[in-house]
Amino acid sequence: MPINYYIFLSVCLFSIGIVGVLTRRNAIIIFMCIELMLNAVNLLLVAFSRMHHAAAYALDNSTLVGSEAQIFVFFIMVVAAAEVTVGLAIIVMLYRNIHSVDINFLNRLKH
Amino acid sequence: MNAIIFSAVWGVLMMYTGFFVKSRNTINLIAIAGIVLLIICNVHEFISGMSLFSIDTKGMLFHSNFGLVFLLIILISTLMYFLLSGNDINAAGKSSSDLYALIFFILSGIGVVAGFKSLLMLFLGIEIVSIPLYVLAGSDKSNLKSNEAALKYFLMGSFSTGLMLMGITLIYGDTGSFYLDAIKAGLSVLTPMKAAGLLLVLASMAFKVSAAPFHFWTPDVYDGAPTVFTSFMATIVKSVAFYAFLHLFDNAFGNLHEDWKNLVAVIALLTLLIGNITAVFQQSVKRMLAYSSIAQAGFMMLAILSLNVFAKQGLLLYFAGYSIATLGIFAVLVKMKDHSVDAFNGLSKTNPIIALSVLVSLLSLAGIPLTAGFFAKYYMLLAVIREGHLMWLVVTAVLCAAVSIYYYFRVIQAMYFKEPTNILTLEFSSTFKWMMIINAILIIILGIHPDIILSLI
Repeated sequence: MPINYYIFLSVCLFSIGIVGVLTRRNAIIIFMCIELMLNAVNLLLVAFSRMHHAAAYALDNSTLVGSEAQIFVFFIMVVAAAEVTVGLAIIVMLYRNIHSVDINFLNRLKH
Repeated sequence: MNAIIFSAVWGVLMMYTGFFVKSRNTINLIAIAGIVLLIICNVHEFISGMSLFSIDTKGMLFHSNFGLVFLLIILISTLMYFLLSGNDINAAGKSSSDLYALIFFILSGIGVVAGFKSLLMLFLGIEIVSIPLYVLAGSDKSNLKSNEAALKYFLMGSFSTGLMLMGITLIYGDTGSFYLDAIKAGLSVLTPMKAAGLLLVLASMAFKVSAAPFHFWTPDVYDGAPTVFTSFMATIVKSVAFYAFLHLFDNAFGNLHEDWKNLVAVIALLTLLIGNITAVFQQSVKRMLAYSSIAQAGFMMLAILSLNVFAKQGLLLYFAGYSIATLGIFAVLVKMKDHSVDAFNGLSKTNPIIALSVLVSLLSLAGIPLTAGFFAKYYMLLAVIREGHLMWLVVTAVLCAAVSIYYYFRVIQAMYFKEPTNILTLEFSSTFKWMMIINAILIIILGIHPDIILSLI
């Protein structure tokens, strides 16, 4: 499959994520949209990794080109997991105080 | 490399001291000892040019002299922060050892940012700095404002990380490498994919340094977070974000300077105008300092715009001058129950020494000669003038600096020309007074002899 399909798919997913972050009011859903953005990136990284690998493989069949993007994906997963632990803890802390996860509540600081 | 490993180890050690040491002052002393150790290791690495550890990072991390001097400035600012606000960190949470541990983990992330040679390390470094900060912003668990600040900071921070990752991916797709050198070599012509990647990275870095139009989270987060941690965020973490910005745009996108220059000029202009003009209308000193940090970010953007030798040297001077001055003001602000300008009324009569130190800090932020802030701003403007044909920006920057004098001097006026209204007079310990004096002396020394930093590079 040409690389354009992958780019199109991940840009779609990424845009859905951005639109979700900007329009939804529920903290958990915003959070899921951010995860969607990260996973769109993961998908695109793997696709690019395959593309660069295939190009280098034609010249030299012992090449490691492209493997660094796969490693990057693992790092993104680890960091996303760390963010989830902190983020959910913050949302739970908020829920304990106001019994809601609606971010419209959060406009007390504006004055 | 020394700083990364020692700060991570010391962070773990700090977590365990909570079990064994009950006295909060002892925990504070252990943290200060850790910072002193880090400074010694860092100076050793700077002088000998060799790390105590030889780790094969596949060229992803390399600490140049510039990076090591930056790290030294950050570590000295953190030492000042611990000395000035140590008691307030102790008071901020149930177990202060955890908070210190988080700060040490942030320092470890700063070590990674100081030497990144690959976009992977940039991403990891920024995340290692950000994730503990979300926790620190929300450390006052029962306070709704702190909760809100933590959630806002977290959502905005991870959103901008998402943008940055997409930008990195698009650049990788085009150039086939994460290494800065390879990217620089591959980026000579602008293709649509590179342009999109560059824009996304620029937007996310602008988020991190709170440059307009991505600054809107800053006042809320800085205002809501516990004041001790606001002072850490507004000084040290902001410097780190700017260092990453400069390093990335210099070493990876330097060849396309002409293409993104005008965009950065517009961002710098907006940041200067919005930061300074909004700060004028603030009643709370804490919120005023948040906007002032946006305004100072506008000045620091000038360094990224010009990218010459003056810009790089001047930016380090700016980090030092801005961090030390802001830490001094925040250290006094933390002690006050009320954060409005009126809280400073008549401080010169009740506490002349503290008032004098705050005066020096405020003068430095306003950029008055004989303080560090003057030379910092001078170098930023010089850097842009050397680049030529951006005189309109220089003129605006000077006018904005003049506007900034108004809101900084309002605090000075409250301290020196108004009668004390506080029924409760603030008590400051003599150690704190000495620390404030040292803080003021550091600002003046840097203002008279900026060569101390400039000659190191």
